Amino acid sequence: MNWILKMFQSSLGQKLLMALTGLFLISFLLVHCGINALIFFNDGGEMFNKGAEFMGTNFLIRAVEIFLFAGIILHAVQGFSLTFKNQKARPIKYAVNNGNANSKWYSRSMGLLGTLLLMFLIIHLRHFWVVSRFTDEITSGKETLFNEMKEVFENPWVVFIYVLAMISLAYHLLHGFQSSFQTLGLNHKRYTPIIRVLGICFSIVIPTIFALMPIAIHFDFIK
Amino acid sequence: MKLENKIPEGQLETKWEKYRSTVALVNPANKRSLEILIVGSGLAGSSAASTLAEMGYKVKVFCFQDSARRAHSIAAQGGINAAKNYQNDGDSVHRLFYDTIKGGDYRAREANVHRLAEVSGNIIDQCVASGVPFAREYGGMLSNRSFGGTQVQRTFYAAGQTGQQLLLGAYSGLQRQVGLGNIQMFTRHEMLDVVNIDGKCRGIIARDLVSGKLERHFGHAVLLCTGGYGNVFYLSTNAMGSNVTAAWKAHKKGASFGNPCYTQIHPTCIPVSGDHQSKLTLMSESLRNDGRIWVPKKMDDVNALRNGSKKGNDIPEDDRDYYLERRYPAFGNLVPRDVASRAAKERCDAGFGVSKTGEAVFLDFAHNMKYKYGKQVATLKGINNPTEEQLTAFGKDVVKEKYGNLFDMYKQITGEDPYEIPMQIYPAVHYTMGGLWVDYNLMTTIPGLYALGEANFSDHGANRLGASALMQGLADGYFVLPYTIGDFLSKEISTKSIPTTHKAFEEAEKNVEEKINTFLNIKGSKSVDYFHKKLGKIMWDKCGMARNAEGLKTAISDIQKLRDEFWKDLFVPGESNELNLELEKAGRVADFIELGELMCKDALHRNESCGGHFREEFQTEEGEAQRDDENFKYVAAWEYKNTSDWELHKEDLVYENIKIAQRSYK
Amino acid sequence: MKILKLHKEVISNLNPQKKRNSMSGNMNIKLKVWRQKNSNSKGELVNYKVSEVSPDMSFLEMFDMLNETLINEKKEPIAFDHDCREGICGMCSMFINGRPHGPNDAVTTCQLHMRSFKDGDTIVVEPWRASAFPILKDLIVDRSSFDRIISAGGFISVNTGNAQDANCLPIGKNEADESFAAAACIGCGACVAACKNSSAMLFVSAKVSQLALLPQGKPERHQRVLNMVAQMDSEGFGACTNTGACEAECPKEISLSNIARMNREYLSAKLCSEIE
Repeated sequence: MNWILKMFQSSLGQKLLMALTGLFLISFLLVHCGINALIFFNDGGEMFNKGAEFMGTNFLIRAVEIFLFAGIILHAVQGFSLTFKNQKARPIKYAVNNGNANSKWYSRSMGLLGTLLLMFLIIHLRHFWVVSRFTDEITSGKETLFNEMKEVFENPWVVFIYVLAMISLAYHLLHGFQSSFQTLGLNHKRYTPIIRVLGICFSIVIPTIFALMPIAIHFDFIK
Repeated sequence: MKLENKIPEGQLETKWEKYRSTVALVNPANKRSLEILIVGSGLAGSSAASTLAEMGYKVKVFCFQDSARRAHSIAAQGGINAAKNYQNDGDSVHRLFYDTIKGGDYRAREANVHRLAEVSGNIIDQCVASGVPFAREYGGMLSNRSFGGTQVQRTFYAAGQTGQQLLLGAYSGLQRQVGLGNIQMFTRHEMLDVVNIDGKCRGIIARDLVSGKLERHFGHAVLLCTGGYGNVFYLSTNAMGSNVTAAWKAHKKGASFGNPCYTQIHPTCIPVSGDHQSKLTLMSESLRNDGRIWVPKKMDDVNALRNGSKKGNDIPEDDRDYYLERRYPAFGNLVPRDVASRAAKERCDAGFGVSKTGEAVFLDFAHNMKYKYGKQVATLKGINNPTEEQLTAFGKDVVKEKYGNLFDMYKQITGEDPYEIPMQIYPAVHYTMGGLWVDYNLMTTIPGLYALGEANFSDHGANRLGASALMQGLADGYFVLPYTIGDFLSKEISTKSIPTTHKAFEEAEKNVEEKINTFLNIKGSKSVDYFHKKLGKIMWDKCGMARNAEGLKTAISDIQKLRDEFWKDLFVPGESNELNLELEKAGRVADFIELGELMCKDALHRNESCGGHFREEFQTEEGEAQRDDENFKYVAAWEYKNTSDWELHKEDLVYENIKIAQRSYK
Repeated sequence: MKILKLHKEVISNLNPQKKRNSMSGNMNIKLKVWRQKNSNSKGELVNYKVSEVSPDMSFLEMFDMLNETLINEKKEPIAFDHDCREGICGMCSMFINGRPHGPNDAVTTCQLHMRSFKDGDTIVVEPWRASAFPILKDLIVDRSSFDRIISAGGFISVNTGNAQDANCLPIGKNEADESFAAAACIGCGACVAACKNSSAMLFVSAKVSQLALLPQGKPERHQRVLNMVAQMDSEGFGACTNTGACEAECPKEISLSNIARMNREYLSAKLCSEIE
């Protein structure tokens, strides 16, 4: 078993873990986005609440949730660890560095974007997850998650932060999506271009849908 | 001193095989207590180091660069010859042997060259096994191309980077042994003297170029694999750091120098653009497969080219002089290097040079691009009446695939696009056939001191054929020396390591230190480069492509004056105990100055023209080189006596298997 | 703050792909060059002016000229690594205006010519910066970590004399060409210099790829990738973020697909083999 530990301590192993957890989180985003998009039925949150209830009560989903948290934590911890090591690999910086000539700014800022996302995640969890899991407001039926959303998104600052976070997410994904395939060694003349296009679509579509939610609710497009 | 070439008796074809099977061996247990020092990490050095380490010897390798992989073998472009006959075009060991002797203008040893041809096939096998990605055909078999001076396709290649791939192959073998602990690697170390004890070479003094510290290293034998001395001309295709110092120090300690005047001038290099020029860049010989060399016929056109009112393309076909095709119809643009170089010089001297400096000729791809490749592609595409534009476009793609990297390099350096206008080229110093005199075992006249690769004089005679340098370097390192060294080391098994506190080491180190201090203490007014450039100019003008007695005599006295000025007026900044590039250069240029004098002496004494050595007094009516086999069919080995004083020893060249003839490529 | 200003100044007059000035006339160039006496001392950027620079000069020839002037003024010349000056030995290594080997793609410093700049330009020249490449003096760094990585596994274990006939082992043209493309690496370290993490992945993967693609390299492929990666990590290079900066700056245009191949090799060595 020692070999597993050793593997994930090497730089390639750490990156592998980043890629695997990253892809797992990407799959979660898809589910999360799918359920939440139910609010766009504009039926007073009926469909959405049903979905939310299913997600909140289904045993399997709850079990996967543990993995999800593990994934997030692993992704973040590895991310910080790698960033720290990478910083150490160049203790003295260049006086002039024209990084834009050879790479995209967001690919060089994954640590920063990731940190922003982590901060957002804490706010986000506080807004919804804590309320739905640790208070009895929703389980007791006093309140629905949909109403909770309406309440939270009344505040324009919150909407602003959510939209900003989704922009961060878009850029994080724009690099992360295709990068994870590269790290897993999945690079092929035929398929890599497809993965790239898919990655770009995913990174634009999913965060846009997410960002539309607070906006739509705040401006009462959804009632 | 008597020169003993130790060529074994017997039939030429079986000589090496027999010798290899009878040369004394060292048993494995004894190998572990024998130490070998190797200076230089190019093809010869790396391959010898890995092979000897594999056999069990304790090896130390020294190079002045920051890694063994930087050695200048890496810059060889075209390819490596081997008598494999994979193309089924009638190639054989004998044919490679014959071509090499003839190409060398009958000034090389039969036995050495035959051995080289014999092992050439093994080299390719060894390189492929160690992962060198040679060019291949679709069926998976190795691909070949042809080079100057031959009529078969025997050149193996990896795009225009064959030297790089071969060196990286040898380097990986070397690093493997470093990892296994069998080789100790000393990078950024420069050898500054050899140490002789009781008439045998027993070690070296090396300077750690980072700390400046002098180090003593003992070895039962020392191998110099330090390349050629083309940089004596200042401008050459050699790397900036290529130097003669190791070989020269050995020479001054008793190793004779063979045929120093044989220098190869490569016909296709990018011309000098100004005084700032620091080195010259080669355009591979393979370009002559498809490029046609010409100058204008009319003086008016020449003037128009020089003042910029005309470009090469503006001159009509009839007004062009394709002088190689005119003079040598049989080989055309693919004559050997010495012939092509002299022909270019002849045209430029006659005033037909096409650049502002008057020292350039055109290498033109337009014709073959359009009518050879363009037509081919058009036919493949089924276009019956292609337009001129179509032909050019089709041909350009083919040329790009074949020579793209060279064309890009040309454009990068000159700022001109060779796809649109003809390249300008001019001959430049490229390789030195001369070097330390060695016997059949590759041992110099100092017992225990060996010279391999370009550093020795042995296999190319007076002119080297293209793609033969890589072959020789690897042959020496992989397949010759590891056997022949047994002849010496088998007698050394009871010799204990000599401690480096021995007075010979002490004395040698003291001398080196004094020399270094002298450089720093002259505190004159001129930089090292000033002297190097001046030396280069003397050598190029008087001992370059064409030489004459008058000029050589002037050159000798000019060089002596320059030497005196050097030791009086040199300025070297910095200290000896630090990384000091100027100090390194000073030592190298000091040796080049002394070597320059010897080269001129050798050129002056050789009253004939052969290969790379062309004496204007000795030419046929058509201006071809005229050998004098009666008087000069020998290797000139110079023994150092004192400053400006050498004694000439002659090693007769015996041709039992080849009929000597006037070289003709008409 | 000073650095930031400098950064802005240089970047603002950068336009890498656009061809600069002028076949005619000489240029005046302002240089800011990193000077550092030895590995223990602190370095700084020092200003120099070079005039009469010909557009036909190579970048290193411009440095030669500056050094000649410095020597004539009895000052210490700038130390920089260089050797073949034809773009193949991999020795030259300058970080020019924020990019390894300067503004042009696919060239080494020695092949960069002054016609890529214009009169009056300020050029900032720094050494490669990475903890695995300690500075020895001025612009010279120690890249022996690369040699140690090769020693760890960048070879085929075949002793001289063991080889069979070269054509006994047919290798498809595509594999041979791809292997060659990876083997074209000159080991200059521009990939490390360009990478925000100072990662050596492109260098290491090029060697792993070259040998993994060839049948001769297959027997020890697992051991090779494990050893080379372990050595790479222990030298203190960073990890790969797949930004692609290495590929963009590589003078020999070594492809990122090599890194993917190395990841694959590593994974298969870890998961499928029994090697520790």
